[in-house]
Amino acid sequence: MAEFNTSVKDQGEISIVNLKGFLDAHTASILENTLSNQIEKNKYKIVVNFSNLTYISSAGLGVFMAFIEKVRENGGDIKLSSMSDKVFNIFDLLGFPLLYEIFNSEEEAVKKFTE
Amino acid sequence: MIINNHIKKKLVIKSKTENLSTIREFVSENANDAGLSKEEIDDIILAVDEACTNIIKHAYKSFPDGEIIIAIDYTKKKFTIKLIDHGTSFNPDLIPEPDLQKYYRQRRVGGLGLYLMKTLMDDVQYVSIPGKYNQVLLTKNLRNPE
Repeated sequence: MAEFNTSVKDQGEISIVNLKGFLDAHTASILENTLSNQIEKNKYKIVVNFSNLTYISSAGLGVFMAFIEKVRENGGDIKLSSMSDKVFNIFDLLGFPLLYEIFNSEEEAVKKFTE
Repeated sequence: MIINNHIKKKLVIKSKTENLSTIREFVSENANDAGLSKEEIDDIILAVDEACTNIIKHAYKSFPDGEIIIAIDYTKKKFTIKLIDHGTSFNPDLIPEPDLQKYYRQRRVGGLGLYLMKTLMDDVQYVSIPGKYNQVLLTKNLRNPE
């Protein structure tokens, strides 16, 4: 059974979502719930930290597409950080760097919100 | 099983997304036994995951008791995975290339898996016999023969 979980920490008005494990068509709903919860709380500034994410399939990438427009309409963004080369390669193959800001570190992503 | 230098392995599994991790492990172990590089193994695992996700969601429409047959066959030159299901057939030629800008406007994604499979593998072939079975054949040519 693939393990995947998320944890959220608040840093001022920014929510930092940490991903851990394997994100696939089975576990994508966990991430959907996490992002839905942020939006319900009107938290639209979201940094997703991928440093502990081992694996992602297109079902996982689809979750980010589902929420991005609503988040941006409300003055926020979903910024991505700390991907392994393997995970970044999948985002890159599908053209996500055109639509999402991807940072090397969580700190850089947070800083971009505060500029 | 070894026939004419082909090594063959098979897994039959139900069409549930919770089985994707078992499928990935099955592919990973065999690709490892075949002596593939880490990058090749990662590519194949993702391509098979995408193919099986499509079978579960589209061929079986998330019905959990469908059967997926995964047959691996490899030689020193190539690693192939044949996936067979008995769900609804589809024509891969009708699936457009993914357009993220369009997805952004429509807030939905589709076709990403098929695009990844074609990008990560050297060959992707579909055969559908409507009412009987669908078959996807994924092939990776091996680049490091000794």
